[in-house]
Amino acid sequence: MKVARGELWAGRALLLALMAFTILPFISIFMTALHPSGTVPGGLEWPENPQWINFVTAFKMAEMPKLLASSIFIVLSVVPATLVISTMAGFAIGLLRIPGSRVLLFSFVFGLTLPFQGIIIPIYFLERAIGIYNTRVAIVLPLIALYMPFAVFWMRAHFVNMPSELSEAARVDGATTWDLFWRIHVPLARAPVASLGILTSIWTWNQFLLCLVLVEDPTQRTMAGGLGAFQGHYANNVPLLCAGTILILVPTLVVFMLFQRQIIMALIQGAVKG
Amino acid sequence: MVILMMTSDKRPTAFVISRRTSPSKKVRRENFVGWLFTLPALFMYAFFVLVPFLLTILYSFFRWNGVGPMTWVGVKNYMSVLQVPNLVGTIFNAFWLVVWFSIIPVGLGLIVASVIHRVATGRFGAVARTVLFLPQVIALVAAGIIWGWLLALPGLINQILKAVGLGVITRAWLGDFHWALPSVGIVGVWVLLGFCIVLLQTGMAKIDPSLYESARLDGASWFQEFLAITVPLLRHEIGVCLTVTVIAALAAFDIIWVTTAGGPGNSTSVPGIQIYVLAFTQRAIGLASALAVMLMVLVVIVILPIQWLTRESAQ
Repeated sequence: MKVARGELWAGRALLLALMAFTILPFISIFMTALHPSGTVPGGLEWPENPQWINFVTAFKMAEMPKLLASSIFIVLSVVPATLVISTMAGFAIGLLRIPGSRVLLFSFVFGLTLPFQGIIIPIYFLERAIGIYNTRVAIVLPLIALYMPFAVFWMRAHFVNMPSELSEAARVDGATTWDLFWRIHVPLARAPVASLGILTSIWTWNQFLLCLVLVEDPTQRTMAGGLGAFQGHYANNVPLLCAGTILILVPTLVVFMLFQRQIIMALIQGAVKG
Repeated sequence: MVILMMTSDKRPTAFVISRRTSPSKKVRRENFVGWLFTLPALFMYAFFVLVPFLLTILYSFFRWNGVGPMTWVGVKNYMSVLQVPNLVGTIFNAFWLVVWFSIIPVGLGLIVASVIHRVATGRFGAVARTVLFLPQVIALVAAGIIWGWLLALPGLINQILKAVGLGVITRAWLGDFHWALPSVGIVGVWVLLGFCIVLLQTGMAKIDPSLYESARLDGASWFQEFLAITVPLLRHEIGVCLTVTVIAALAAFDIIWVTTAGGPGNSTSVPGIQIYVLAFTQRAIGLASALAVMLMVLVVIVILPIQWLTRESAQ
């Protein structure tokens, strides 16, 4: 496509400006993190002696090893369970079309519009009543449930488009429903399951509200929840707060760099289908 | 079909009807197994989403501090939400946030996406997309903390303003009654703009290039092309962007909690924040629940027309 020269450069300049708007905040907290702990530097100043030690200090103060272990535990509990049960439900609703599947689908879709804040209060009291409040399970169970509307909807969208000849052929060969699911359709559903896995991992890692309400001990929370607590303690020590924030961002940024194509695709498709 | 052919010596129509009214054992068994497949998902969803949803509605009709007895108060909590300025104000603030979280990212996103589409299709475009998307994957809490520092008195924003000779307007942005809400809004723009750009550009890539070519042969400018081709054909994607960002605005919590916690005064207080404060620090469970119900209704009222308008045109 031919585009006038002036327009080409104007367009590129606009893009560069927006990229700067996106990146500068990261550079600013990085530079701030290198200033002596407890000082208040400017927003974009390279320090005279970079204090790399701040990262070590923040690492210890935020109890990073515990926080990482906790986050990984929560992600590894939430994501596989979400994938398994939503794939099963999506299969039954989208492919088996069991009686009542329209009602079921509608009841799940209804959940898509519910903001977490709308139902957090009863979840708090329910969890106190069944004795899981202030444990990691208190985050894991409601998160799995809160992902159900999206996850079931997403998997159903895959199964509803599978050709029915495939299932009919398997049935003629005497396959049970379980065979049909496990041997034929799960292997074919790898791509949407992988995208769903990426999405729910990111959402879980970044979950804040549930952590804040349901778990008092920061080391039992996810990374984002731990960061919230860290901010509460070190709000006045800007370099240390910035160092802690960077440490907590690093895992996300590394994963994003490695899987950027898949992550962007998953998030975009997730929005379009949802 | 197979069964029909095998029994074709009998009257097939009658057979089909009888099969519909009383399903064979095999079909019933299959349906039963199918239902078993949905049970785990349904159980989790019912226990941790549907039951709490109904309980929120129930709580909203009581006065309750979370431990003592519950007192039935009818719709009094709802009246309070609509009459107490601090509470009804949160709803106005939420709509103000929609301007920052939705209108600006979607509007600017449309322009930028079409710029990328026109001038940066190669490697530069790919890099730009990745960079602009970055804020979408980090935790909102982290975004809030980063911007809390940028918008502080010695922070980057004021430094830039001084550098360009606007030193007179520098201030602690998040502590200012008038500027706190737009400042929080900027954080929303930062987080959501890249998402909108990438989503809209993905949609633009699907538009038939010959449309643009013929428009250019006719000498269409960027703006004419934008209005005549891009916007109408992107209706569905625009609807998706609006839906996602409007929910992010109305149900905002993380960013505001870590930057201002609703202050100064109540100038950045939104329903999400107020629900949390009412329920978990002031122990006014009934009032918090009434606000929660109103938030859920509000989201549906705003989202449904958007969905409606864009679904239809997608066909």
